Amino acid sequence: MSGAEGIGASVRRKEDRRFLLGKGRYTDDIVLPDQSYAVFVRSPYAHAGITSIDTRAACELPGVLAVLTGKDTVDAGLGGVPCGWLVKNKDGSNMVEPPHPSLAVDVARHVGDPVAMVIATSKAAARAAATAVAVDYDVRPAAGNLDTATAPGAPLVWDAAPGNICFDWHIGDPATTDAAFAKAAHVVEIELTNSRVAPNAMEPRAANGHFEASSDQYTLYTTSQNPHLTRLLLAAFTLHVPEHKLRVVAPDVGGGFGSKIFHYAEELLVLWASKKVGRPVKWTSERMEAFVTDAHGRDHHSKAQLAVDANGKFLGLRVATLANMGAYLSTFAPAVPTYLYATLLSGPYDFPAIYAEVKAIFTNTVAVDAYRGAGRPEAAYLLERLVDKAARQLGIDRIELRRKNLIQPSQFPYQTQVALQYDIGDYQATLDMALARNDHAHYEDRRLASAKRGKLRGFGISTYIEACGIAPSALVGALGARAGLYEAANVRVHPTGSVTVFTGTHSHGQGHETTFAQLIAERLGVSIQNVEIVHGDTDRIPFGMGTYGSRSAAVGGSAIVKALDKIVDKGKKIAAHLLEASVADIEFKDGQYRVVGTDRVKAFGEVAFAAYVPHNYPIDTVEPGLDESAFYDPKNFTFPGGTHLVEVEIDPDTGVVEVVDVTIADDVGVIINPMIVDGQAHGGLAQGIGQALYEEAVYDSEGQLANDSYLTYTMPRAADLPMFKVGNHVTACTHNPLGVKGVGETGAIGVPPAVIGAVLDALAPLGVTDISMPATPEKVWRAIQAAKAATGKKA
Amino acid sequence: MPKLTLRVNRQTHTIDCSASTLLVEALREQLRLTGTHVGCDTSQCGACTVHVDGASVKSCTMLAVEAEGAEITTIEGLADGDKLHPMQAAFQEHHGLQCGFCTPGMVMSAVDLCKRVKAPSEPEVRTWLEGNLCRCTGYHNIVKAVMAGADGMNGGKP
Repeated sequence: MSGAEGIGASVRRKEDRRFLLGKGRYTDDIVLPDQSYAVFVRSPYAHAGITSIDTRAACELPGVLAVLTGKDTVDAGLGGVPCGWLVKNKDGSNMVEPPHPSLAVDVARHVGDPVAMVIATSKAAARAAATAVAVDYDVRPAAGNLDTATAPGAPLVWDAAPGNICFDWHIGDPATTDAAFAKAAHVVEIELTNSRVAPNAMEPRAANGHFEASSDQYTLYTTSQNPHLTRLLLAAFTLHVPEHKLRVVAPDVGGGFGSKIFHYAEELLVLWASKKVGRPVKWTSERMEAFVTDAHGRDHHSKAQLAVDANGKFLGLRVATLANMGAYLSTFAPAVPTYLYATLLSGPYDFPAIYAEVKAIFTNTVAVDAYRGAGRPEAAYLLERLVDKAARQLGIDRIELRRKNLIQPSQFPYQTQVALQYDIGDYQATLDMALARNDHAHYEDRRLASAKRGKLRGFGISTYIEACGIAPSALVGALGARAGLYEAANVRVHPTGSVTVFTGTHSHGQGHETTFAQLIAERLGVSIQNVEIVHGDTDRIPFGMGTYGSRSAAVGGSAIVKALDKIVDKGKKIAAHLLEASVADIEFKDGQYRVVGTDRVKAFGEVAFAAYVPHNYPIDTVEPGLDESAFYDPKNFTFPGGTHLVEVEIDPDTGVVEVVDVTIADDVGVIINPMIVDGQAHGGLAQGIGQALYEEAVYDSEGQLANDSYLTYTMPRAADLPMFKVGNHVTACTHNPLGVKGVGETGAIGVPPAVIGAVLDALAPLGVTDISMPATPEKVWRAIQAAKAATGKKA
Repeated sequence: MPKLTLRVNRQTHTIDCSASTLLVEALREQLRLTGTHVGCDTSQCGACTVHVDGASVKSCTMLAVEAEGAEITTIEGLADGDKLHPMQAAFQEHHGLQCGFCTPGMVMSAVDLCKRVKAPSEPEVRTWLEGNLCRCTGYHNIVKAVMAGADGMNGGKP
């Protein structure tokens, strides 16, 4: 590495200063001249016909510029919000893909479905006018959650989807799986729910649309994780304005966790309304509005069976999952329970046979789509709970059962039975590292010490894997993706040697302005203080597919490296001319071009200057300038993995679960900035522990969200969490130039089953065998009472 | 609209302000001090925390008119020119922020804690931060930063 700023250095972040000084620039901070404000009238019912909308009283209120309804969007020819992924049924037919109008036209299909848009000169005026819009609803029975939507005779969200089935999909080989079960010594079964969670980035979504008549140009400021995709969807599907007339800017964005990947109707509507009212139109979500409009995560119900031989070796896995899609298909929704979930069901284990079936179900709820981990946490949770149950049923230690079945380092590349080929990993090494750092050998001492204090201590383990670096375009195209998933970069070396990098990824907390600058320091020897990373503006950046699925370093970083290769190569030709040597004799190292084996050198800055002031220059063969772009399409997914260990203490009188130790060992590939990588792990762990113990978005059978604010939805707080012990063992990704894999989601994927495993371990002596997420004090207390009652009966 | 005089970051401002305007709205929308953020509607998240007469207050829980006559400090008024306040420096040093959205409220809340408790323990920091939500950091590095920031405020290295 090149010293204090290159790959491997915990460089303090360049972006911090503006955030710490209150100078960040988030979408809602932007106020344009003549700014107007939008407020949406949203359905309070999960399923209702819209009989009439009377906007007259609202229109007459002071400051109101327009009140727009679904009918206006139809008259204007606006397109519906598209879905970005087509999944096929088992029989090869297409999934049911219902329309998704930007404003509901005849029917509202979930609480929060927008019915009218009020635009006024102030936010207060828009709010007041929104309450004056009179909507008559014809309330219909609702399919309010997975249970009601799949019951016989359930109300239909869409007439075109009988049984509320969006698709009925499968992967793997049923015949070999049946054969594996036929010869199994043991079959272990589990049925469980992966609870529904609300994403809750701290910055609520916002969109500010501005149409400028003078240039016939639209600009959208939006809280997006991928502005280029938003522009593409606006151009091709929703607004029908070509890209060269559309600019999408995602400035500082206050967290995303998946929820800001998607193209939302509000983005289209503020642009369209801006042209209508002749002023910029800004909408900023309130938190309670966010709870019913941001795409939620998880919400699976699964049954699974594991076939095991007499020696504890896994023979086969059979899975049947119901996945909630919500009322409308969000951008990536169909991909989450299929290609991001079922393809991960082999986990880190050597499975000779797997068969998985997934039915996607429409419900009268807000859409469900990618949330930190997206499919992979659901796979890890199912598999790890099942392995724990197998250990208990077979009487084998949980750690030993895992060791018996982990893929061995010698087996890579490892072809799973569910389409993926893992390139590299060392799951034994991360398991050993985590156990050592947790001092697992002395766990029993800790358990006894807890018992002395009247607490039940439990230990939980999860050995998990995930797939990141989404994704080879040809592969995802064959699987139904309607976009390529490469990444783009432009590296511009300025005449005096400073560098601007334009990346198609987007940073909303990940620290790209620092991490990517470190790549420049490493490769060109330019200090990160002389590097600017530009992201989030379609007018400045060639193209991009944004940030999600832990893809930024693996795909976006690789695109930057590819552009840097071109810069270095061009510099060699210039240096060879300046040094009067052959190009083959020039090497580039530590920021200097050198004639190999001599002291004749040209600094990178001198070469850059020569490129822009080409007086003494190989002008017949080399163009002036030092500015290179690259697109990088990955060859495979990357496969981070690791071991997460959790210890909890439970108060048997109250059911309160305290997480007292979290020790993890991850393999996320080569690490560019350890400080940032650790921080990503911490955040993922908090979200994973949040799902396991605190959070759940609860829809009742009528489709009302029971907890739609921070008064009722339990976010993890500082006092709920311990310090985390985080470690890494590196095996370098074999197919990208940096050897990186991705770190953004590991915590959220690996830790929930370890938490629940620890809770069940603590409660096992009482006879508790199952508990669902979130393991709230009430649930734990009730489980303890039920187990006590059952034991009493037996006695 | 009635006029209101507010003292913010050692400067006096006279603004138009209705009786129902929240302090956070006056700061963000009229004084354009957009470092103070709004992350919820129920006074739970703490992203809008400022100091009123030196004590941390969620500026969404206070009417702007209630702040008349008080000395208000927002995140923009914490640093000494170009020099970060020791708490700000500690947040950078210990990677106590990621997306930056909760950060101004966290920092303002932490400064108040460390004025009240010279060297807060880890449990004291975690309990104090009850009213400030962060979704990015898992609080791990925030807690480290606040403890280091306390040292910095006492003249040590942040």
